[in-house]
Amino acid sequence: MKNSFRVFFQTVLAMLREIFDESAYARFLAKRGMVSSRTAYAEFLHETEHSRARRARCC
Amino acid sequence: MPGIVRVLIWFVVAASGALSVSVIALRRGESINAMWLVVAAVCSYALGYRFYSKFLAAKVLMLDPVRATPAERLENGRDFVCTNKWVVFGHHFAAIAGPGPLVGPVLAAQFGYLPGTLWILAGAVFGGCVQDFVILLFSVRRDGKSLTEMAREEIGKVGGVVAYISILGIIVILLGVAALIVVNALKGSPWGAFTIAMTIPIALLMGLYLRRIRPGKVLETSILGFALVMLAILGGQWVSQSPVAAQWFTFGAPTLAIVIIIYGFAASALPVWLLLAPRDYLSTFVKLGVISLLAAGIILVRPQLHMPPLTRFIDGSGPVFAGNIFPFAFITIACGAISGFHSLISSGTTPKLIARETETRMVGYGAMMAESMVAIMAMIAACTMQPGVYFAINSPAGVVGAAPEAAASTISNWGFPVAASDMAALAHSVGEQTLYNRTGGAPAFAVGMAQIFAHSLGGDAVMAIWYHFAIMFEALFILTVLDAGTRVGRFMVQDALGHWWKPLGRTSWYPSILATSALIVGAWGSFLWQGVKDPLGGINSLWPLFGIANQLLATVALCVATTILVKMGRTRYALVTLAPLCVLVSVTFSASYHKIFNLNPRIGFLAHARQLAAQMGSSPKPGELARFIFNDRLDALVAGLLVCLVSVILVESALEWWRVLSGRKEPRVKESPFVASRFAAEEV
Repeated sequence: MKNSFRVFFQTVLAMLREIFDESAYARFLAKRGMVSSRTAYAEFLHETEHSRARRARCC
Repeated sequence: MPGIVRVLIWFVVAASGALSVSVIALRRGESINAMWLVVAAVCSYALGYRFYSKFLAAKVLMLDPVRATPAERLENGRDFVCTNKWVVFGHHFAAIAGPGPLVGPVLAAQFGYLPGTLWILAGAVFGGCVQDFVILLFSVRRDGKSLTEMAREEIGKVGGVVAYISILGIIVILLGVAALIVVNALKGSPWGAFTIAMTIPIALLMGLYLRRIRPGKVLETSILGFALVMLAILGGQWVSQSPVAAQWFTFGAPTLAIVIIIYGFAASALPVWLLLAPRDYLSTFVKLGVISLLAAGIILVRPQLHMPPLTRFIDGSGPVFAGNIFPFAFITIACGAISGFHSLISSGTTPKLIARETETRMVGYGAMMAESMVAIMAMIAACTMQPGVYFAINSPAGVVGAAPEAAASTISNWGFPVAASDMAALAHSVGEQTLYNRTGGAPAFAVGMAQIFAHSLGGDAVMAIWYHFAIMFEALFILTVLDAGTRVGRFMVQDALGHWWKPLGRTSWYPSILATSALIVGAWGSFLWQGVKDPLGGINSLWPLFGIANQLLATVALCVATTILVKMGRTRYALVTLAPLCVLVSVTFSASYHKIFNLNPRIGFLAHARQLAAQMGSSPKPGELARFIFNDRLDALVAGLLVCLVSVILVESALEWWRVLSGRKEPRVKESPFVASRFAAEEV
């Protein structure tokens, strides 16, 4: 039971991290071999600006 | 689990579902508990998912667990990423669930709870979920291509152009209607206006905090933003009680419309990280929280539904919007039953995250079921109110009268008793001057939601806080749709204009950004302005137009899906998309016909224009009448144009089916070549 709760909360957290682009940022850092910083985040925002701006939100 | 136990469980689910639907459909003359709707919905979705979606997956679409998805083949850590199916489910749900499933059912509640509920359940299980699932799978099999690209490749060039124009049209109409809902929710409400105004500096602060102080900590920033929004709600109460501050934040509809138009333009032209992205994060955070809270509130309170199953307004004379139950109930509830806009999401980000083809069933079919459940909750929130109160909030002054006593008397004479003193007390309890003529659905939903929340947490003492929390939540949702939609529309226009003159297609060239932003904002702004000035409240004309546009987009998506099924050699199963396609064609075409040609001026645009033209000679304001006449003719033209465009794609599709089925054309689909998945070994 305890294990199931842990898996559940880990999944919810992973879902939130994906929705809020934290996972995307982590992948970006890993791919570039960078650590999180203002510069790294600015680069991440620049790289993903185009695709994020085109992301539709439904009615 | 032994087979006999499984059979027994599903038998109990089916029996519970049948019993609940029977109670909803057959009980007359006494109120029922909202839990009947919840049980009917949960059982319908469970049966639909377990049996119908499994049939679609196994027999119709033949999902292939060993076929690599684009997320696996093209993985680049950015757009194409193999992602856990639950994570994709949440991501997809957050993208498809907007204000539509909350507002549509509230408006359709004027017919009673029965028609809307049945349409939400049947429409989702046999239409909306199927559309989302099928389009998602077909996009996965085509490297995550968009609906427009699939239409062009599978139906023909004309199909692609029609899909493009339809999408742009629906975006413009959607944004105009969405902005109108915000205006109607905030007019004359200093508390609401202050709270929503504060979300702009809060979003800007979040953007700066994310970029300068805690780079990448989006969840943390969203929680901080949420705390600030809650403070803004409390601050709004102070503003509404301060005579000076209340005056600053009390706006009429035209002023609010101008402010929102300027805001839309700024949001489209500013950098994404500064306003659009943080507002999107904040909105999503609030959305997920509030939907969970509402579900918990309904289960805890188990409220009674005071609205009858059917009202007298099924005859088309409804005050919220005019028109018969068929086709208007079906276009009023789009999101929650079937929404064409979802096909854009299903062929956008989501297909690029799917790790295995088999997961499209859970993500496509399952997430739409969850959205449909949100629509059921909205229906419950609307129908727990006393019907008289519901109609007093949702009826425009042009129908019931502007004076409280006159409005209460008109509504009571319809058989839905309401007293002006009760409405005054309700308005006072939610911290508003008045709740009359708050058309658009958002305020009615907020009252219903506040009543449910107040019964489960805090009592009547916090009704006002809950009401403004609900208003903030809806307005935040809608303004996010406005931000994102304006920008998406701008990119679409830039893409098209770039073919004509290259610099116009450059998304970083400021003259092009400003010109195309102005074009899109001007287009939806004109619909908004028209709605604000409309004596019938705007929703009567514009919400059906939006519903028609949205369902026509679903028609395009189902045309694409049916064409692909025919080309795949699955014609014997083509009814799974052809049947909802036929329903949508009959709904949208008849609704368009009524909106253009119906002789009742409250329904037909042209009849209304003729009625106004007849008053021209005696009117003290002929200029204003001329503008209303122009608006009616424009609405008729837009509805007619959309129908013509979709007719073209229907004919194109039918010709393609005929060519394939008669052997004149080789049935070849434009799928990406098969590549074995690295998960294939696990499957074996």
